[in-house]
Amino acid sequence: MDFKNAAELLNLCREHHMLISDVMKERECSLGETDMDTVCGRMGHVLEVMRQSAYSAVETSGRSMGGLIGGEAKKLSDYRAQGKSLCGNVLGKAISYAMGVLEVNASMGLIVAAPTAGSSGIVPGLLLALQEEYDIPDGQVSDALFNAGAIGYLAMRNATVAGAVGGCQVEVGVASAMAASAAVELMGGTPEQSLDAAGTVLMNMLGLVCDPVGGLVEYPCQNRNASGAANALIAAEIALSGVKQLIPFDEMIAAMYTVGKRMPAELRETALGGCAATPSGCSRCAVKR
Amino acid sequence: MSFISVFDVLGPIMIGPSSSHTAGTAQIAFLAQKMIGGAVKEVEFTLYGSFARTYRGHGTDRALLGGIMGFSTDDTRICDSYRIADERGIAYSFKIDEEDTDIYPNTVDIAMTGAGGRKMTVRGESLGGGKVRIVRINQVEVDFTGEYSAVIVIHRDRPGVAAHITKCLSDSNVNIAFMRLFREAKGHTAYTIVESDDRLPADIAGKIQENACVSDVMIVQR
Repeated sequence: MDFKNAAELLNLCREHHMLISDVMKERECSLGETDMDTVCGRMGHVLEVMRQSAYSAVETSGRSMGGLIGGEAKKLSDYRAQGKSLCGNVLGKAISYAMGVLEVNASMGLIVAAPTAGSSGIVPGLLLALQEEYDIPDGQVSDALFNAGAIGYLAMRNATVAGAVGGCQVEVGVASAMAASAAVELMGGTPEQSLDAAGTVLMNMLGLVCDPVGGLVEYPCQNRNASGAANALIAAEIALSGVKQLIPFDEMIAAMYTVGKRMPAELRETALGGCAATPSGCSRCAVKR
Repeated sequence: MSFISVFDVLGPIMIGPSSSHTAGTAQIAFLAQKMIGGAVKEVEFTLYGSFARTYRGHGTDRALLGGIMGFSTDDTRICDSYRIADERGIAYSFKIDEEDTDIYPNTVDIAMTGAGGRKMTVRGESLGGGKVRIVRINQVEVDFTGEYSAVIVIHRDRPGVAAHITKCLSDSNVNIAFMRLFREAKGHTAYTIVESDDRLPADIAGKIQENACVSDVMIVQR
């Protein structure tokens, strides 16, 4: 069982009455020459590492290697604990976990690239927040990760997830699309709604540049992970409410790739443009040398 | 197109902060120590391009040092690799080369001396997402990724050596996924790299070594 694009994925879902996560599991077993127990066991481990990385920064905060970030997840968590969160519980937790994973990443902790290290907070951030708020068992969250994996695979196969090639839109944008699609399935939505949500995210994050201050995976990466979680939640809600999208996911992937290739090199992970080239950003990159 | 697994998307599980600058470099050094076959006593890392400019903030130095001690990309000891290397009495140094601009941006040279005095220099490139390739062994340009089990045979460029290697492999029932030959010059030192999906049998190096033209055999299990 394999698919090259979202249209083929949807056909498989319809034909076999399967969820996106089911198709992705079958694909992994057949093409990866392994069995369902092994595949699900591995994903359980992925979820465990994600959880540890998301929770540890809220509990203990340390300075990052580059010294640009540290302590943000705890601040957000404390603020929410005071009942002050403007975002509400789901989004409030999602952004503090997402930013926390980036803290762990930037201080040489253990994370799961999802799909990259710089965008590793978004998928665990949103899914763990939903799990807590809706009391969802681990098995279902682990299934949702297969759904997220299907979206990320389509982006890797038909575009890129390297910021150096396509800007932040292909890292944080794709991670956010993965989270949106997985959230839809987790909350009982259809495969069509998952792909609509993923496409909506790509639309809303189209053109986002990769401009890391000092060339480090810290700032603005950490803020962007929070915004990726928010964009995913918005898109999931739009899809689950029954709003349909004019542009299918495959076309949004192609649009994102085209936009990425047209971005000047200064805006693709070279630390020569955007935030990295601001006077304040530059003063920090000088320190890094 | 090679298979993209769901664990390539949600993965690697790695010590941060960068899949190319941290996980990739740990992996390159990990492959290098496998190639030299055991403990490394002395090592000099030369960092080029983006590695040279941002290695400290990405923990590239600790990742390289961890990898050379056999730590994999998800080993939390990477953070502590300076201390562990000191405890193990490993002599290490880092060199920055910002002059060479023709080179691929994320490149590192690893010059190692093994416990038995054997010396080897390996050049690796970090391709992003934790993927790497080894592009040079000593002075010879090569190309392999470590994603498959590999036999690296150093031999003289003479007729019949490749046939000898493939016969040894077929006698041991090893299926060849890829096979490539590289050489310094006609009749001089040559490298044959054979990659296989399966783990390689323990005695294969000894069998290949029986040919008089073969000077060394390295096994890198996946």
